[in-house]
Amino acid sequence: MKRLRFNQQEIVFAVFAVLFLAFSIFLRGFLTPENMLTLLQNVAVLGILGLAMALVVIGRGIDISLIAALAVPPGLVLQMVQNGYSLPASLATAVLLTIAFGLVNGWLIAYAEVPSLFATLATGLLLAGLGQAALFQLDVVQWSDGMKGFERLGQGTIAGIPTSIVMFAIACVVVAFLLRQTRWGAYIYAIGDNPYAARVTGIPSRPIIVLQYVVAALIGCFAGLVMAASVNSMPTRVFNSTLIYDVILVVVLGGIGLSGGRGGVLNVIIGTLLIGTMLNGMTIMDISYAGQNLVKGVVLLLAVITDSFLNPRNEETAQQGDI
Amino acid sequence: MRDTLTSLRYRYWPDHLLGEILSKRWTETAIPVILLLIVGFALSRSIDHFLSPASLADTARQAGEIGFIGLGMALVVIVGGIDLSVGSIFALTDFCALYLLDVLNWPVPAVVVATLACGALLGAVNGVLIGYLRLRAFITTLITLIIYRSAFDLLIQRYSNSIAAAFPDIPSWNFIGGGDVFGIPSVALVYIAIAIFGHIFMTRLRPGWHITAIGGSRRSAYNSGIPVRRTIALCYVASGVLTSIAALFFAARLGTVGGDIGVGLEVIVLTATVLGGITLGGGKGSVAKSLVGVLIVLLITNGLTTLNARGGINRMALAGILLVAAMVDIRWQKNRTRIISKVYVAPTYHALPPPPPTEIGQGGPFEQNDKLRDVELIGLGRIEAPEDVILDRNDNLYAGSRHGDIMRFFAPDYQRMEVFAHIGGQPLGMAFDRQDNLYVCIGGMGLYRIAPDGTVEKATDETNRSMHSVNDDSRLRLADDLDITDDGLIFFSEATVRYEMDEWPIDGLEARGNGRIICYDTKTGATHTALRGLKFPNGICVASDGQSILFAETFGCSIKRYWFAGAKKGTVEVVMDNLPGYPDNINLASDGNYWLALVGMRSPSLDLAWKMPGFRRRMAKRVPVDEWLFPNINTGCVVKFNEQGKILESFWDLRGENHPMITSMREHRGYLYLGGIMNNRIGRYKLDNADPNYVQYDKRWGKAS
Repeated sequence: MKRLRFNQQEIVFAVFAVLFLAFSIFLRGFLTPENMLTLLQNVAVLGILGLAMALVVIGRGIDISLIAALAVPPGLVLQMVQNGYSLPASLATAVLLTIAFGLVNGWLIAYAEVPSLFATLATGLLLAGLGQAALFQLDVVQWSDGMKGFERLGQGTIAGIPTSIVMFAIACVVVAFLLRQTRWGAYIYAIGDNPYAARVTGIPSRPIIVLQYVVAALIGCFAGLVMAASVNSMPTRVFNSTLIYDVILVVVLGGIGLSGGRGGVLNVIIGTLLIGTMLNGMTIMDISYAGQNLVKGVVLLLAVITDSFLNPRNEETAQQGDI
Repeated sequence: MRDTLTSLRYRYWPDHLLGEILSKRWTETAIPVILLLIVGFALSRSIDHFLSPASLADTARQAGEIGFIGLGMALVVIVGGIDLSVGSIFALTDFCALYLLDVLNWPVPAVVVATLACGALLGAVNGVLIGYLRLRAFITTLITLIIYRSAFDLLIQRYSNSIAAAFPDIPSWNFIGGGDVFGIPSVALVYIAIAIFGHIFMTRLRPGWHITAIGGSRRSAYNSGIPVRRTIALCYVASGVLTSIAALFFAARLGTVGGDIGVGLEVIVLTATVLGGITLGGGKGSVAKSLVGVLIVLLITNGLTTLNARGGINRMALAGILLVAAMVDIRWQKNRTRIISKVYVAPTYHALPPPPPTEIGQGGPFEQNDKLRDVELIGLGRIEAPEDVILDRNDNLYAGSRHGDIMRFFAPDYQRMEVFAHIGGQPLGMAFDRQDNLYVCIGGMGLYRIAPDGTVEKATDETNRSMHSVNDDSRLRLADDLDITDDGLIFFSEATVRYEMDEWPIDGLEARGNGRIICYDTKTGATHTALRGLKFPNGICVASDGQSILFAETFGCSIKRYWFAGAKKGTVEVVMDNLPGYPDNINLASDGNYWLALVGMRSPSLDLAWKMPGFRRRMAKRVPVDEWLFPNINTGCVVKFNEQGKILESFWDLRGENHPMITSMREHRGYLYLGGIMNNRIGRYKLDNADPNYVQYDKRWGKAS
């Protein structure tokens, strides 16, 4: 008989299913269409960021600077419109800033060979500091009249589905297409699986890595626009929150190993759903924010420990310096 | 004129120091220290009272607190992990201390112990998960960061008011927070004590070495029996304890539990760690690096705050520095060996007049002949690299081999061969003393003594370190040839202090006086350097007066005489210079003259290159090693000379087939025995008109009675 083995994705999915069932049975008001939509709406931005992170993690990197990309370029759009520039010009500037930021990240990681953890930690600080010091007048950049119409990116519904969920879905489709249907996506998997082998095979690994961070930054900027549209402002202090840790947890819990080369969009969706279900259930149970974080952390820890027992790390093939 | 300038430039400008300094391990710490000095200088110029005692004491207090966390982070990074949860542990242990003191009213010592225990416990959670369960450090400490932080948030919601309401006035608590001894803050004192212990622990104690070993290669550490899991777990516990010490001082200093205590602390500490030069991924780092990193980060953030920079500028500065430091560190780690190998070779100016002729028909003592054509071969294909050969008083023949053995061929036909002694390094020059002990120079090891029964003993492998040398020249790198005086002084040459045994020809490319002659006293066991600054000193032979030695300078192409006793004590005199080849070993001949081996002949191209140091430096930088212009060591000869420096006779192997390379020769009972460091044979040449009863041993030490 074949031995039963679960991978992390299945475990997380099982945890999600159990949680979902338990909440549906024991929590009044959980399994209603309205609540389901709220649940998804709340995690849409997290999910979009998870996609960006997944892209990078599959290529054996990590992008801590995503929150900066989320906060600063969209904040710049709002600020510029407030200062009287037209919306398209502001958007173009923000996109250019995002691309430049992604290029810097990519260059540092691919060409200067700084570990991605450090490069993005530092560039994130740099971009957030730039926004704080030079771009924004207030910590919360307010919506202005020039932005009229743009709020539909995050508010309202399309065919009965909240727009932010639609945006998440669009992002999922785009990233899935990039990863599964393009040569570029296949290269990312190859680089994540074994960067040295990928390079020897003739894959232009450095430009691919740069592109990876540029796309991640663009997705982060997109998430920021959705977020700004849904709350009608850009709270740039979001950079100081622990949001980036939530993003990493979405990705890792979903089953995309940090050593790269594994996983896909489905994993991000599963991870997002688990986090979303947990948060939503606890909100209905009226648990405080800190309490929610505590429960979230403990559940995640248990999931990671379970995974390490079911799929122990192979000491022989573990890479040196793999933290 | 131009040659004179070149010669002066290369004589007085120390080109070789750059490579030697770069290959020192301390240069890695020197870079952050220089950065620290620059930052400190810049800030002291732009901020008034920056260096005033009050300001310094304040900085020291903060530096102490962050410094403790930095030490913990350094430990964890060196063992190959990372600890992102330090900020949350800091907040929780800070709360723990204040809760116990203000709400439960515990005595201060109990508070201290309990807080440390709390830190240890929180660290132990990380340790068990990462060390024993082998979870990934990054993701695990990320999760504990969230858990600890939310636990802290829950706790302060309940207790922050009661803590804020309390105003403890306990002298010992106040001393922890604000006390000082002779102006040095309490926290700095404790930090210094722990840092000194940490330095000794990491560099001198076994557990510290285990930590470095695990960070360097976890699998190798496991295979060599180090308790990997326990050590890793304990590192995280130590990180927790060190963080709780910091929290204790912080609690005593400020006495508050604000919601954002320790938020983002992990980024600051991580920046400091990387900035100090502690390599991510493990295996490298020190206490000093951690301290320097913390000081740089603190000076910059404090300086910018004092300069009223906006928060954003502060962040950008920190990030910019982190980026530059990481880039420099990575580039340096990656290219260190390549840069050093490029700049290490430092050629110098070395001019020689045109050599005397050796061609047939030109006349002169070096005129080529084919006398060595018919040498008898001993041990053909059975011995490798007999640099020197020697015979004992029972006519047995000894030779070194590349495999680190001394081989013995038995008289009379030298067909039977045995391993006389195994040493482990390449044996070079050999000499017998009065008691039949064989002294051998071992390349890379030093001077060794082999008793007649074959037991090997180290005679010496170090000498006095010279003050002005950057390379540690106390260790012997390339002991080459030796001779023993009547008084039991052993003079031996060390060919170069800058290269190892396997790269000795590169020293010839450099043509710098890197070698020296060292004296070992068999009576006292003391070693001292007799002469230094010689161009590859090689063969050594005690001269007939018993008060001086003759020595060969291989790349100086000369034979010199050094008086170690008598009226001319300490002086050096040239016996012969401008030889047509590179002289190697010198030995006694039966007629009172000396044998000299020329290991290779000079070539016009290298002679020219020796006058062009810039050319050779470019070559060493741009051309791969195996295409460098090296001294020729393929053809050579044996010559006989007298103490006046006159060449009497030369012996060549014209076709270079029978005995291609000669590094040494020994006369014994009318035969000349030839050795060569690239050869697989020992040659035996029948000498005409030689004393058939000549035995070098008897000549030196008298016949055995």
